[in-house]
Amino acid sequence: METAFSAFVGVFFAVAVYLLLSKHIIRILLGAAILGNAVNLLIFTAGRLTREVPPIIPSDLPIPAEMTANPLPQALVLTAIVISFSFFAFLLVLTYRAYQELGTDNTEEMRVAEPVDDDMPPVGY
Amino acid sequence: MAIEQDSGPDLSIAMILEPVSAADWLVIAPVALPLIFGAVLLMLRHRTAIQPGLAVAALAILFAVDAGLLAHVWTGGSVVMTMGRWLPPFGISFVADMLGATLVATAGLVSLICGIFSISTVNSVGRRYGFYPFLLLMMAGVNGSFLTGDIFNLYVWFEVFLISSFGLIILGSGQRQIDGATKYAILNLVATTLFLIATGYLYGIFGTLNMADIARKAPELRGTAPLMTLATLYLVAFGMKAAAFPLNFWLPASYHTPRIVVAALFAGLLTKVGIYALLRTLVMLFPPERSVLSGIIIWLAIGTMLIGILGALAQSDIRRLLGFVVVSGIGFMLAGIGLGDAAGLAGTVVYAVHSMLVMTALYLLAGLMRRAGDSYSLNRLAGLYRTDPLMAAVALLLVFAAAGLPPGSGLWPKVMLVQASLGMGVWWLALAILITGLLTTLALGRVFVLAFWRASDAVDEEMAQNRETSRGAYAAVLVMCVPIVLIGVWPEPLIGAAQVAVDGLLNPATYIGAVFPVEAMQ
Repeated sequence: METAFSAFVGVFFAVAVYLLLSKHIIRILLGAAILGNAVNLLIFTAGRLTREVPPIIPSDLPIPAEMTANPLPQALVLTAIVISFSFFAFLLVLTYRAYQELGTDNTEEMRVAEPVDDDMPPVGY
Repeated sequence: MAIEQDSGPDLSIAMILEPVSAADWLVIAPVALPLIFGAVLLMLRHRTAIQPGLAVAALAILFAVDAGLLAHVWTGGSVVMTMGRWLPPFGISFVADMLGATLVATAGLVSLICGIFSISTVNSVGRRYGFYPFLLLMMAGVNGSFLTGDIFNLYVWFEVFLISSFGLIILGSGQRQIDGATKYAILNLVATTLFLIATGYLYGIFGTLNMADIARKAPELRGTAPLMTLATLYLVAFGMKAAAFPLNFWLPASYHTPRIVVAALFAGLLTKVGIYALLRTLVMLFPPERSVLSGIIIWLAIGTMLIGILGALAQSDIRRLLGFVVVSGIGFMLAGIGLGDAAGLAGTVVYAVHSMLVMTALYLLAGLMRRAGDSYSLNRLAGLYRTDPLMAAVALLLVFAAAGLPPGSGLWPKVMLVQASLGMGVWWLALAILITGLLTTLALGRVFVLAFWRASDAVDEEMAQNRETSRGAYAAVLVMCVPIVLIGVWPEPLIGAAQVAVDGLLNPATYIGAVFPVEAMQ
């Protein structure tokens, strides 16, 4: 089970890296979204997979009676989902504004902050 | 194990039962206070008139608390507090050791100075868009990163200061800002995701996220687990956060675009959090892996130093020039991590404190120069010495400090790093440090020569008027010079603190003992 999931996570990472290498911001964003999900799956798999045993301790026992699913990776993934979702929302708005302001989504043409023909410092004084 | 059928199992064996002493609450205050004040300021975001006073008061309280925490750690050793009273590693621990406390105190000073500078430089539009709430939330994130003892919690604090820094960098929404912010946001998001990937693998290997617990378990697992992969992933992730060559391109692309006080804050604080995280992971958790990587880190350090300062030499805009100087400074801090012995690491810690103070001061000075000369360009700035001799003196001091000349604070960390690299026989690193020092003198000395000494024909009265309107900002830069000179002429306390900090990193037994006091006694 873990092996299959690991291969699956690998495919996610490959797709994400391929998209991140693009020149176009919208593809980079999709890559970032897939990258976030790849990491969530990675953490989930790293916590080992157990099916259909919820991590609930009976009220009269100090520890669970049998092996249960690991609750910690689920808490971590939940945190990471919230964070990556909010970042993705922010980045969507930011890049839309960038498209409006700069008129392009091609990173090679986004040279407003670092102009190609910026003047050199004076050589003498 | 006492199990009572009526009231359920006895949970007290999993809890910390002694009440936390009042002084130990200081460890959580540098995170809790800015969060509370940030929330209050967010509620008052339309009351732009009272915001600066309230924010500066909050930052002053924060700095006082930071200083109190440093004094407490200085006298009593590491302070630990575990959330929810669950025994570590189940509760999230906050650990203030000498390294964390020193950096928190420095960050508190930097944010207070920037807060004072912002009173006259951030207008009501910036205030309404939330400059002060973002500033305080960023401080919560930065302080949380320095103090947390849990590696996933470190990731969360990274994201807290990252999202606040996004807010600060686009404040005003100019074209250049949006361009710079897009690159800053995407590349930093990828870097923190890399950090999370490494943390996912780490959890899969160790089954724990508490840093003291990881340090304790690492020796047993070293034979079988791929710890080398983890150390390398952390090096890439935090190297990118710290803007180390060849992952430094986001910094010069974005740091010159926001308001100058925002750039000053970023230059002072954010990259150093990356260096701090490298110290924590590579030096404290994975020291054998670090020594395997040490050759690579040294060459990365040399590359960062030289590429940074060569980039600075080619810029005409002071802010872009300073962005490259920040990158170059990261190289010095990496050099100590590459060397990895006590002397080199102490050099890194002292350099981090020096760089936080001096880079912030240099950006703020650029803001004053812009006010006086109405430009950031070295092609247009001229004659500032005649209009404002005091500013010229401050500029000369800061140039000396950044270049590593007395009486500034930059001399001592460079001496320590050169000594450490010669002591380990890495003469090419010592050579690179000295060459970079010379090039820094050239790059920043040229700013001084062109902007202050070059004759100008502009009208003087107008400039004098500008100076009158920004007295608070002026005072902030002057105050910043005090610790810089103090470290330069009396470095022993800081070097002593750095040595204690490094000792805690190289011998994590004290750190582990502070988090797990019961087991340390057995």
